[in-house]
Amino acid sequence: MSHKLYLYPKWIRLWHLFNALLFLTLIITGISMQYTDKESANTFIIKFDRSVAIHNFAALLLTLNYIIFVTGNVLTKNRIHYRINWKTIWKDLLIQFKYYAYGMFKGQKHPFPVTETTKFNPLQKFVYVLAMFVGLPLLIISGVGLLFPEITIKGIFGVSGLILTDILHITTGFFLSLFMIIHIYTCTLGSKPLTLFKSMITGYHESDDEH
Amino acid sequence: MNFKFLRIFILLILVNISFTSISFGFKLKKENWKPKDTVNFVSKYYKENENCLKCHGQNIYEYRNESQGINIRHAMSSEKIINRDAFYQSNHKSFKCTDCHSDEYLKFPHAGELRLEQMYNCLDCHGNDPKYAQFHFEEIDSEYQKSIHFQMEKDGFTCWKCHNPHYYKISIRNTENLKKTIAYDNSICLSCHSDYAKFQLLSDKEEISIIDKHDWLPNQSVHFKNVRCIECHTKANDSLLVSHLIMPKDSAVRRCNECHSQNSILMASLYKFKSKEKRKDGFINGVMLNESYVIGANRNEYLNSISLVLFFIVLGIIVVHTTFRLAKKVKPKKK
Repeated sequence: MSHKLYLYPKWIRLWHLFNALLFLTLIITGISMQYTDKESANTFIIKFDRSVAIHNFAALLLTLNYIIFVTGNVLTKNRIHYRINWKTIWKDLLIQFKYYAYGMFKGQKHPFPVTETTKFNPLQKFVYVLAMFVGLPLLIISGVGLLFPEITIKGIFGVSGLILTDILHITTGFFLSLFMIIHIYTCTLGSKPLTLFKSMITGYHESDDEH
Repeated sequence: MNFKFLRIFILLILVNISFTSISFGFKLKKENWKPKDTVNFVSKYYKENENCLKCHGQNIYEYRNESQGINIRHAMSSEKIINRDAFYQSNHKSFKCTDCHSDEYLKFPHAGELRLEQMYNCLDCHGNDPKYAQFHFEEIDSEYQKSIHFQMEKDGFTCWKCHNPHYYKISIRNTENLKKTIAYDNSICLSCHSDYAKFQLLSDKEEISIIDKHDWLPNQSVHFKNVRCIECHTKANDSLLVSHLIMPKDSAVRRCNECHSQNSILMASLYKFKSKEKRKDGFINGVMLNESYVIGANRNEYLNSISLVLFFIVLGIIVVHTTFRLAKKVKPKKK
């Protein structure tokens, strides 16, 4: 029998919603800029100038939203969910990975059931920390470097600082985009495919010994 | 922090050196000018030219009025002052003044009618000469005649309005520092378009602000430092190294993807000279990377391929995982 846990307070749900919408906007406009073409008919998704304007604005909002996320975690108990146990992390990651790879198909029990204090399984925790506290700051810093090219370092060992900044930006952006795809997919691994999506609307996690 | 202080220290030393060299330059000009040891080129006519430059090379000139028995000092009109150093670094540095100006100027005071002297234009010397065939002067002239400069001001406009005969030097062909070349070339346009007093000599139009007119351009100062005005304001010509067909303002390039794209027009203009240096490293239009970085035009083919492979691997894993889920229709065991 399933019971509900209130795991996602309103501010997290709102932050998450804005983060998702802004990130999606940034992916689409970012790809449009990267694969722009001189012939307007071949322009990838959105025109270059419009992409630049939207990308800059969405990036500014995403940065503000990120500040809200960090501040919220400093001020609330939500931060406990991002604390990694470094002593057991590699073993736990392997357990969780095995579960996703074949354990769940064999009908095994979820190795790390969701509770009030362990909202994320070790794999989620590790990837979320990597995305939110390594990936996103890198993306924001390199993005600021591209938004204000005059402040970007001129060059390192003969290679233009702008190229390095851009490569860092698009590579980080690309990996975070992959993260987003995997994140959306893993959200279908609840007791029913839409259960976890519903959780991010209602705030209640249906604890059914699943994801 | 220490590194910051070191940089400030180096900057102060450089500023100090600049001021020292500027003040040294002034001292030189006050004395009788001699070719500097550091100047590689020494004109064989420099002594003859000094006959002109002893007056035209400085702000004031002085002569003796024999009838009154007094020395008279006048200010030299700024447009008649020739900077020696700039002249001896220009394309026409090997000329003597009277190659282009009348010998009558050797007499002082100069005869009044000399003001009506017919000036040479580029084609008078460079036209139909096999020696200069590679520069396509005739085609440059034909482009120039179609340009908005000539169309708007047929009588007043000449090659010299942009290419000062005393100072002009070809920059992009031999450039080792593209940023300096860009600044030099843009200064030619700005010498009129940001100096209304000079602009009025050729046009009755109202004063415009270049900054305001380019308000729409994102990262305006970055663009101004990294591309020339002519990139957007001329029509590229395959056979000319530098296009001279200045277009009306309504025809100027405004679409970002003209430059920010795989087939960027910058490769046919600013980077035309450098495109022979095949810097690739997997970057599209990689030659730009020697000097700059252009979003959209400098994507990296290797990264593109790797990202596509990774994307499809992730997609593949998701498809396989979903297939297994559907096939097994497994739900986790209840506690």
